[in-house]
Amino acid sequence: MGGLVPGLSTIAGPIDQLFMVVLILTGIAFFLVEGILIYFLVRYRYREGRKAKFVHGNRRVEILWTVIPGLMLFGLAVFQYDTWTKAKIDFPSEAVSEVIAVSANQFEWKATYAGEDGKLGTEDDIQAPINVLHFPVGRPIIVELQSTDVLHSFFIPVLRVKQDAVPGRPSRVWFQAIAEGEYELACAELCGLGHYRMRGFVTLESQEKFEAWLEEVAARR
Amino acid sequence: MTETAELSFVRRYVFSTDHKVIGKQFLFTAMGFFTLGGILALLMRTQLAWPWQEIPVIGKLLFGSGGNILPPETYPALVTMHGTIMIFFFIIPILSGALGNFLIPLMIGAKDMAFPRLNLFSYWVMVPAFIVMLASFFVATGPAAAGWTSYVPLSILKDAIPGSEMGQTLWVLSMMLVGTSSILGAINYITTIVMLRAPGMDMFRLPMTIWALFVTAILATFATPVLTAALILMFLDRTIGTLFFAAGEGQVILWQHLFWFYSHPAVYIMILPAMGVASDIISTFSRKPLFGYKPMVYSIMAIAALGFTVWGHHMFVSGMNPLLGLTFMTSTMLIALPSAIKTFNWLGTLWGGNLQLRAPMLNALAFVSTFVIGGLSGIFSAATPVDIFLHDTYWIVGHIHYVLFGGSLFGVFAGVQYWFPKMFGRMMSDGWGRIHFILTFVTFNLIFLPMFVLGGYGMPRRIADPYVYEMFTNLQGLNQFMTYALYVLALSQFILAGNFFYSLFRGKVAGKNPWKANTLEWTLDSPPPHENFEHIPTVYRGPYEYSSPLVSADWLAQDQYLDGTKPPEVMPAPAVSPAAGD
Ligand SMILES: [Cu+2]
Ligand SMILES: [Cu+2]
Repeated sequence: MGGLVPGLSTIAGPIDQLFMVVLILTGIAFFLVEGILIYFLVRYRYREGRKAKFVHGNRRVEILWTVIPGLMLFGLAVFQYDTWTKAKIDFPSEAVSEVIAVSANQFEWKATYAGEDGKLGTEDDIQAPINVLHFPVGRPIIVELQSTDVLHSFFIPVLRVKQDAVPGRPSRVWFQAIAEGEYELACAELCGLGHYRMRGFVTLESQEKFEAWLEEVAARR
Repeated sequence: MTETAELSFVRRYVFSTDHKVIGKQFLFTAMGFFTLGGILALLMRTQLAWPWQEIPVIGKLLFGSGGNILPPETYPALVTMHGTIMIFFFIIPILSGALGNFLIPLMIGAKDMAFPRLNLFSYWVMVPAFIVMLASFFVATGPAAAGWTSYVPLSILKDAIPGSEMGQTLWVLSMMLVGTSSILGAINYITTIVMLRAPGMDMFRLPMTIWALFVTAILATFATPVLTAALILMFLDRTIGTLFFAAGEGQVILWQHLFWFYSHPAVYIMILPAMGVASDIISTFSRKPLFGYKPMVYSIMAIAALGFTVWGHHMFVSGMNPLLGLTFMTSTMLIALPSAIKTFNWLGTLWGGNLQLRAPMLNALAFVSTFVIGGLSGIFSAATPVDIFLHDTYWIVGHIHYVLFGGSLFGVFAGVQYWFPKMFGRMMSDGWGRIHFILTFVTFNLIFLPMFVLGGYGMPRRIADPYVYEMFTNLQGLNQFMTYALYVLALSQFILAGNFFYSLFRGKVAGKNPWKANTLEWTLDSPPPHENFEHIPTVYRGPYEYSSPLVSADWLAQDQYLDGTKPPEVMPAPAVSPAAGD
C-alpha cells in the first residue's frame, strides 16, 4: 500500500490507485488546513490593546465550505464502487477458477485442493500440509473460507486480500495473482493467545509448477 | 442554605448530590484510570519493541514467576484492557462525567442538576463497575482478552483464550454497570438542559460545550441500551448456555452489528464534548466570537444523526453482505462533512482574532490540528477497496488514536486546565502547562504518525510479536523508536500531574474570572458555593460576544445588563431549586 508492499494481484492496481487518489485529496486538505492554522497563529498572535474582528460568521463561506467538500466526499464514495464491486461482489465463474477450501483454526491454516475430478468435497481432495498454500498465477482463485473455532482473518498483503473466516458461516474471497514468488499469509483478527504466530506460507507459481506440486502432495498421502 | 453547613463530611464529599463534587469524583477516578491505561500501553509497546525480553523494573513485579517476561496470553489481555479502560473508564467519564457534571448547571445558570440523587447514583453505580473490572486483573485466568470489541465466539468459548474464563464475565458485568451509569447521566443532562436554563438562556445562547454535552447525552440515551442488550445476551450465552451468538445455531456477526451500533456513536460520545470544549476555549482565547455558531450546532446534530448510519464500516470484510459495504461507505464519507465544517469554523474563529496562546488554548489548537489527521485518515478506511488492506492493521490504530488521543485527550487537557481555576479556585502554572503541551504534542505525533506507515506495510493490530512474520521484521526499528517516544510522553505526564497537584494547594488564587470569559460559570466565586447561584442570573446575549463594539473591554458577559438591552422575551418559569426536593 502506498508503494510499501508490492501489489501482485489484478485488484492490487486499482486498489493502490484509489489509495493514491485519497492520499492526494486528503493531503491537499491536510496542508491547506494546517497551513492556514499556522499562518493565523502567527498573523493574529496576541497584541496588547488590539481588538479582534467582531464577526459571527458568513453565510456565503458556510455554503461554500459545506457544498464543495460534500460533493467531493460523495464523489469519492461513488468513485470506489467499481473496484469494490470487482473485489467483493462480482466473482468469476467457478468454471474458469481454481476453487480452494481454506479452513482456519487456532492457530493454523489448512488448504484443501480439488483432486482429479476438479471438485471439492469429494474422495480425491488433496489436503496440503498445514500452513502451506500454493496458488497458480494468471487465473482466478476462489477461496472458500471457513473456521472451526473462532474468528480469523485471511490476509495476504501482496494480494490485497482480506476476508474474515467466520465459524458456522462460510465466506468466499477471490483474487488473481499476477507474479510468482513466496509470500506470507497473516491472521488479521484476534483469535487467541497464538494469534500472532498464525502465519501461512504462500507460494505464487505458474500453472505447471502448481500442478506438479499438487501431484507431489497427493502422492505423499 | 443553612443546613448545608450541617451536612456531614460523608454527605458533602462522598455521597454528595452536589454536581460539582460528583464532577470532581469523576475527574479524580478518571485520572487514576488514565494512569492504569497508560501503564498497560507502556507494557504493550515495550513488548512490540523488544518482544519476549525481560522487562526492566516492573517486569519482576508483574511477571516474576515467568522470568520477568510477558506471557503470550497476557498481550491480548493488555490490548483489551487498555482499550476498555481508556474508553469507558477514562475518556467518557472525564468528558461527560467530570466536565459534564461540573459545567452543565454552572453554564446554564442552574443551582444543580434536575435530578441530584440520580446524579449521585450515576457516579456510585460506576464504583462497582470499577471494582469488578479491577478485580478481573486478579482472577487466576486473568482479565478479558478478546479485545475491547469482545468479538464472539472468542469472548464466549471459555477455552478459546484464558481471559474468556472468569475475566470476560466480569468484563460483561462491569460494562453493564458502565452503561447504566451512562444512561442515568444522559437522562439527567437532557432534562437539566431542557428544563433548568436561566431566564434568557435560549437554546441558541448555550455555549458549545453544553450543546455538545446535550447531543452526546441524546446519543448515549439511544445507543447505550443496544449495547446493554447485547451484553445481556452475551452474559446468558456465557452463563446459562444460550446460543444467541454461537457459531452455527446463533449469529456470530450479530454481535458485531450490535456492538458497533453502539460503539460507533460512542466514538462521537468521546469526541463531541471535546469539540464543544475546544470551541469555547478557542473563542475565549481568540477574544473573538465563535465563527458560525449555528452551523457549528447543526454540524453536531448532523454528526449525531449520521452517526447511527455508519456502523457497518467496521465490518467491510467481516462476511457482511458486500452490497451493504457500498451504503456504509457512502454514509461514512458523508459523516466527514460536518467534521470538516466544524474545522473550517474553528479556523474562521482564529481569523482576525487576538490569539492568546495559553496552555488551554494550545491544547485546544492541538485538538483541531490532530483531529484533522484523525478525520482524514478515516477517509482511507471508509473507502471500502482501500480498507480491504487497511482493516485491522496499524492504520486503524493510528486513526483511532488521532481521534481519541489527539482529539479527545487534548480536548481533556484543554478543558481541565481551562476550568481548573473554577473547580479549585487556583491557577495552574501556564509555563509548566506549555512545557507539558510541547512535550506531549511532539511525542504524540512521533508515536502515532508512524502507525500509518506500519499500516501501509500491513502490520496487523493486536499481534504480540510482529517479527514472527518475515514481512514485518524490517519494522522493528520503527517500533522501537515509537516506544521510546511513548516513554518520553509518559514521563511528560508527570509534569501535568505535578502542575495539577501543586496548583491545587499552592497555585495563584484565581478570582472569579481569570480568563475574562463570557459564560455564566465565570460570574461565580471560584470554586462556586453550594447551589451555585444565590440569584438565578438573567441572560441577555450569546456566549461569544468577545470584542463587542458595545463595550470597551474585549469581553461581554452573558448576564451583563447594558442600557437598552432587551430583556428576555419570554420569561421561562422561574427555575426551581432542584435540591428543594431533597
Ligand atoms: Cu487466527
Ligand atoms: Cu465507526
